[in-house]
Amino acid sequence: MSLSILQYQFMQNAILAGLCAGVACSIVGVFVVTMHLSFIGVCIAHAAFAGALLSLWLGFNPLIGALILSLTSAAVIGPLADRGELNPDTSIGIVFSLMLGLAFLFLGLMSGSRTEALNLFWGNILTVTRGDLTVLAVVAAVIVALVVVLYKEIQAVICHRQVALAVGIPATLVFYGILFSAGLTVAASLQTIGGLLIYCLILNPAASAYQLTYNLKKMLALAAIFGVVSCWAGLAASYFLDTPSGASIVITSSIIFALAMALSPKRKVRKWQPVQSGR
Amino acid sequence: MDEPVIRIEDAVVCYREEVALQGVSLEVKQGEFVGIIGPNGAGKTTLLTVINGLGKLVHGQAWVLGMPVNKKNAGLLRKHIGYVAQVENIDPRLPISVRETVMVGCYGRLGLVRRPTRVEQKNVERVLELVGIAHLSGRPIGHLSGGEYQKAAIARALVQRPKIFLFDEPTASIDPQAQREILNLVQLIHREYATTTLFVTHDLDTLPSICQRLILMKEGKIWRQGSPEAMLDREVLSQLYGVPFALENTILSSMVGRR
Repeated sequence: MSLSILQYQFMQNAILAGLCAGVACSIVGVFVVTMHLSFIGVCIAHAAFAGALLSLWLGFNPLIGALILSLTSAAVIGPLADRGELNPDTSIGIVFSLMLGLAFLFLGLMSGSRTEALNLFWGNILTVTRGDLTVLAVVAAVIVALVVVLYKEIQAVICHRQVALAVGIPATLVFYGILFSAGLTVAASLQTIGGLLIYCLILNPAASAYQLTYNLKKMLALAAIFGVVSCWAGLAASYFLDTPSGASIVITSSIIFALAMALSPKRKVRKWQPVQSGR
Repeated sequence: MDEPVIRIEDAVVCYREEVALQGVSLEVKQGEFVGIIGPNGAGKTTLLTVINGLGKLVHGQAWVLGMPVNKKNAGLLRKHIGYVAQVENIDPRLPISVRETVMVGCYGRLGLVRRPTRVEQKNVERVLELVGIAHLSGRPIGHLSGGEYQKAAIARALVQRPKIFLFDEPTASIDPQAQREILNLVQLIHREYATTTLFVTHDLDTLPSICQRLILMKEGKIWRQGSPEAMLDREVLSQLYGVPFALENTILSSMVGRR
């Protein structure tokens, strides 16, 4: 296999984007998978998509709208669940339906060719610009820094939110912060991975790591590795097999999940042997 | 010294249309062990949430450890209040071990960013030994039985080094042997640490014999209170629960027998 692909600027950008998006999405994925809020990835991705469409319609950079609506959604989901006394999944569903409606509305309002808008659906890691890469790198660095600095609070909240609150941890603030970081990650990765596929990169690496360990630190590390490997292997497949990059990344992450599931020590059942009599 | 550790005046708490607590007033002294009994829906758990600031008062006031319980102070107060709830359904796949779960107890006191030192780690090991689950410390928390989980919850509350302990039906849904172990542990902790303890239960068989005062709650109000000897009367209990009551050969009769 030739390493000549590395000499291209677009490929170097794509590799770095895969590293940043893989790490950021997977870490956020660990939070949402552990808290059983997997659907949040779909919801925020649609919010980012609706925001990006609004920006395109108004003639701005899509990233601005994507950031605004995804962060707004993330900021609304938590309080809506808490104050409306709703299950967080219901709150996510309500915001998701609104964002889907807005996305269709903005798509309908746009005149002329909608190619640029539809590109946001699929994303294209091979067309990542230096600007996109900088945003992704900053977001990935922020997410990693948050995990390092607030590890104990994050662990307490994602595993026992009510207990965290009862021992005096600002659990609500940490929970909203986690949702906010999900919004930030999705918005930053939208153009690279695509609105339709981003939540696969959030879910699959984290769900794969979830199969393999009961240790949160190991789970975060494994998820990040799986996320980056999914991006890089998908990228290689895309280059050599001439397949769409987003689809290749997601299929790779699904294969990793299948392998993790097959090898999961959590699914092992101890072999039972009848007790031998003394004689 | 006689200043009450907990003082509640005319507390009213509502959940939507329902009034869960109706004008409850209560004082608890330092080091007192108070049992709270009553039928389901009597407001026992709500009373505990008023003390740790998780319940919202729509009327009245509460002071705990000399501080008014309000939005500003609630987080600070909770660092000094150990809270042990009923056994909850825990996801068996949760990525957190028993030791880590117990360690969570000191996180509020440590504050943001600061990490547990060797002192905290040693304290966790000591408390795990005390409650008898040191051999389970490396296990995922979701793999414990109900009784073991409650011991871990008590250990977590102990690691907080609380001044007040709130037990909300800690023996519900666990087998009789585990119930007995938990009750022994609760009494041991109260004696060793001289904390102020409030113990809620609707099952009189699980009322610790160390209890100094018994509060009987009904329909969101303190219906009666007094010494266990005075309150554990067949007539009184029959009126409280609305069914004929017989004192069995349980911890209950041993408490009455203290007279």
